Amino acid sequence: MLDGAAWQRHKGPLIVQLQYIWGSVVAINKIVEARADAVSGVKDGSTVLISGFGAAGVPTDLIHALLDQGARDLTVVSNNAGTGDRGLAALLKEGRVRRIVCSYPRSAGSVAFDELYAAGKIELELVPQGTLSERMRAAGAGIPAFYTPTSVGTQLAEGKEVREIDGREYVLEYALKGDVALVQAEKADRWGNLVYNKSARNFGPVMATAADLTIVEARQIVELGEIDPEIVVTPGVFVDRVFHVPAVAAAA
Amino acid sequence: MAMEAAVQDNAAKKMTRNQVAWRAANEIPDGSYVNLGIGLPTTCANFMPEDREIVLHSENGILGVGPAPEPGTEDPELINASKDPITLVPGGSFFVHSDAFVMIRGGHIDLALLGAFEISEKGDLANWTTENPKFPPGVGGAMDLAAGAKQVWVLTDHVTRKGAPKIVNSCSYPLTAKQVVTKIFTDLAVIDVTDKGLVVREMAEGLTLAGLQELTEPELTLAPDCGILSAPVL
Repeated sequence: MLDGAAWQRHKGPLIVQLQYIWGSVVAINKIVEARADAVSGVKDGSTVLISGFGAAGVPTDLIHALLDQGARDLTVVSNNAGTGDRGLAALLKEGRVRRIVCSYPRSAGSVAFDELYAAGKIELELVPQGTLSERMRAAGAGIPAFYTPTSVGTQLAEGKEVREIDGREYVLEYALKGDVALVQAEKADRWGNLVYNKSARNFGPVMATAADLTIVEARQIVELGEIDPEIVVTPGVFVDRVFHVPAVAAAA
Repeated sequence: MAMEAAVQDNAAKKMTRNQVAWRAANEIPDGSYVNLGIGLPTTCANFMPEDREIVLHSENGILGVGPAPEPGTEDPELINASKDPITLVPGGSFFVHSDAFVMIRGGHIDLALLGAFEISEKGDLANWTTENPKFPPGVGGAMDLAAGAKQVWVLTDHVTRKGAPKIVNSCSYPLTAKQVVTKIFTDLAVIDVTDKGLVVREMAEGLTLAGLQELTEPELTLAPDCGILSAPVL
């Protein structure tokens, strides 16, 4: 076993890869150095949760890594449907997305989505925003379904089970789980503890809990302990891989 | 168009969009937690009364939304439901989207200000789809707010661009929720939705009830203390 002092000596910046050290001690290091490794193993037909609200909190580099990786026939879960020609819009334009689950696809510059939609080349599942986030929260918490008053009596509740509880009607909604989540964060450490920046946090923390494989794009990588444990937003247990995308590169 | 004709006949002083936002903002009770929906409602943050403490909520995980930033100080990671840059007031906080909707769906938000395609006499709201096959629908947080906020007020032009009433007997577009709107702020009037029908609380200067009725499908009644709809030049 490693005593405390030896561990401190061993702990350097960005400890390389998961490794076995003396006996049973395992260094948990979720940091992935190569862009291609960050998204390796994503299969065709996957459901991919993508963080962001408008342009804030979108993991643009990971989306482009996924574009290069080649997975297709994807179901993308994202609040909006991308704008311009980068990020989700690029994935849409390349025809990688069969189906999109979102609350508000339309926005200034959502040209790629709008064209596919008008041409009938993409399936849209429109979900109320709170139901969308709650379905992922449920998936992350092991809850298979829940009742909500949102959408009762509307087209979006058609075909769904409705149940009266204490005199009010509720719609049954099912958990929404991802095979993969792509999340943008401000800071991460090698255990995958995360903090976010302002309203770029949005869907990141809930999506991180709701996928089998959670991949994070972080602006800064810090040492274990540098993030005050009182302010960790996403504890590392929810995170599988962390890829460093400095702010300058992300802006380019 | 009917709208212009009626307005001209009555020489009514229409409110600008900013003035509608100002008027609605000035109706909000002190101490309220208020969600501002996409479009015109988000601009209310620029016109909040200074003598009241009102906490503005944004669906993307913000409490304590302040007015728009000075030009040149915008932060792309500090935005509202309309994706426009905002500021945060002291005491403000950020949280995950699912908590933003725990606040909305769990009944913690006193009031939601929303836009509308149509509002019915009973307070039914339609604001998410026009069913145009070429034009994707967008529901955002509207159905959550309509179901979860304690009150829903609507801010809208009184009529469509073609001059047709937006306040109608029964909504022709698919509903966002039934019987949720309690107050309507338009460029021509402030209207309460009550058990006894639509009650006009304020009307633009120069407008008569008959003139307003021409632009409104359901029958309107005049509040005994109906005042003039006015706002500062904004």
